[in-house]
Amino acid sequence: MAQMTMIQAITDALRTELKNDENVLVFGEDVGQNGGVFRATEGLQQEFGEDRVFDTPLAESGIAGISLGLALQGYRPVPEIQFFGFVYEAMDAINGQIARIRYRSGGTESAPITIRSPFGGGVHTPELHADSLEGLVAQQPGLKVVIPSTPYDAKGLLISSIRDNDPVVFLEHMKLYRSFRDEVPEEEYTIELGKADVKREGSDVTIVAYGAMVHSALKAAEELEKDGVQAEVIDLRTVMPIDLDTILESVKKTNRVVVVQEAQRQAGMASHIVAEIQERAILHLEAPVLRVAAPDTVYAFTQAEEVWLPNYNDIIERVNQVINF
Amino acid sequence: MKRTIENIENQFETFQILNENGEIVNQDAMPDLSDEELKELMFRMVYTRILDQRSIALNRQGRLGFYAPTAGQEASQLGTHYALEKEDFVVPAYRDVPQLIWHGLPLYQAFLFSRGHFHGNQFPEGVNALSPQIIIGAQYTQAAGIALGMKKRGKKNVAITYTGDGGTSQGDFYEGMNFAGAYGAPAIFVVQNNRFAISVPVEKQTAAKTLAQKAVAAGIDGIQVDGMDVLAVYAATKQARERAVNGEGPTLIETLTYRYGPHTMAGDDPTRYRSEDLDNEWEKKDPLVRFRKFLEGKGLWSEEEENKVIEQAKEEIKEAIKKADEQPKQKVTDLMENMYETLPAHLQEQYDEYKAKESK
Repeated sequence: MAQMTMIQAITDALRTELKNDENVLVFGEDVGQNGGVFRATEGLQQEFGEDRVFDTPLAESGIAGISLGLALQGYRPVPEIQFFGFVYEAMDAINGQIARIRYRSGGTESAPITIRSPFGGGVHTPELHADSLEGLVAQQPGLKVVIPSTPYDAKGLLISSIRDNDPVVFLEHMKLYRSFRDEVPEEEYTIELGKADVKREGSDVTIVAYGAMVHSALKAAEELEKDGVQAEVIDLRTVMPIDLDTILESVKKTNRVVVVQEAQRQAGMASHIVAEIQERAILHLEAPVLRVAAPDTVYAFTQAEEVWLPNYNDIIERVNQVINF
Repeated sequence: MKRTIENIENQFETFQILNENGEIVNQDAMPDLSDEELKELMFRMVYTRILDQRSIALNRQGRLGFYAPTAGQEASQLGTHYALEKEDFVVPAYRDVPQLIWHGLPLYQAFLFSRGHFHGNQFPEGVNALSPQIIIGAQYTQAAGIALGMKKRGKKNVAITYTGDGGTSQGDFYEGMNFAGAYGAPAIFVVQNNRFAISVPVEKQTAAKTLAQKAVAAGIDGIQVDGMDVLAVYAATKQARERAVNGEGPTLIETLTYRYGPHTMAGDDPTRYRSEDLDNEWEKKDPLVRFRKFLEGKGLWSEEEENKVIEQAKEEIKEAIKKADEQPKQKVTDLMENMYETLPAHLQEQYDEYKAKESK
């Protein structure tokens, strides 16, 4: 075991897969010699060569487009989109092409592509760096969308994503890159995609969260415990497909749910989760399922992040609403 | 001193071997093709003209769906394709079904593509191609990736992709060429300039005097070819292919061509935007007419031979439509099965629902 930050765990997963499978290719803007703008690919070009880890021209659509071409030649591409706010440039290549290739070819072609991209607020980035756009890709049939919240999860989920024979969008929250260390096994391991993780057990209310909001939910749960409220915190880890079994099992125990996301209320995954819960477990609910989300404005100007981003106080407030309903 | 743009434009003169009368005007550039190969090229062009006529008729009878006419573009489509090897990868746009057929896609599957049936896109093993791309430009970046993959694999092959004149205005058109150029990837980018993107004339796409000169922006070779001259198209593609497999990078080929029919069969009426004079001017350039004259002059083609091709085409088209008719109807569960390698839980649940409905 080693103590790793999430960014180190990601590099470790990439190194593991570059070593394991000669078809794995890592590429994007500044991921080669430079080792990535966040050092996620640090040392990989030096270790595996320019043929495996390489820089691209500055064009997201081209990056995603060549990924599909490389996949059609039997490679397992792991492209990087420098910040997920730039995904609009690559939207056709990802949602219009990569996600659909298995279906449109009647199963004769596939796209074992893992698109890595940082996102997320709280680190004072300039415009269109921090936006939470997971909802856009999660609405596209053919994709899987993974969002880890811990170094341990990041490594196991990234290895699974790379090995998956269908396209995965792997979103890395910038605030979580170096905010804490975790015990991460040095050997390879996988975490099944589409499986949530109960990060904290509780009996009074279920908090479903993903990304940085998992840590806000855990902090809220600690505070709530002081008032005698036992919150169960579920980290989705994969936001498409959703692990409904884990959510429903928890709902049947606690009978109260709050779904938490950093994205705006009209975006993200929360509405989908609420809909599934009300269709499948309404008779187990003591209160409506409430959401914690950002306001429905464009992502905040840097200095307004603190008042705009959802935080643990917002979660406590919503939990109290469902408890006192 | 000349303006820079004029200096550039002067480098993109139209490459031609065969004039409208079927006479060789550029003997030095004459490609090395045997009599049999020359006849095979004519066979394919005549066959494809008949295929176009029959496809339009079948579409009007409601026996085909989406169809983008190809008449007029036979030299451009088949001349480029004839320069390829079986292992080369074809990334077509929606009008480029003929290249797929000559690359090995069974005709009945091309008809299923037109109708909208997934089996039409289940290309047989060894047919190195994608189904026709509907998103104009997307095929260009994909071709760059395929070509880069070939280079990495050490294959002596190329990826060839096609777009139209309108497609050169897309971002992906430029990105595809530029990526292939930056990586020295063995790609051939073909622009079939038939002068109109639906109703919009090429002059409204760009102020550039040629589309071939757009290669300059990617730092790659570009050539403008008489797209009604199958020998010139073949020779240009052959040379681009040789350069690509020798590691000299991609080429952009602009073929000056014309579609005699509408943009697609979905209600487009070219008389609204094209003059009769323009149509007549291009009818005179018909690639079949001049190549027929050329072959007849060499004693390699006769009316009898042409009629045999026509009969064969009609017969095979009839058989293919019959085979397409016999294809089982699509079920929702079929569509679900082709989504992922393993069905995720939510899709499995829907699969079970539809399976139950389908077995009623």
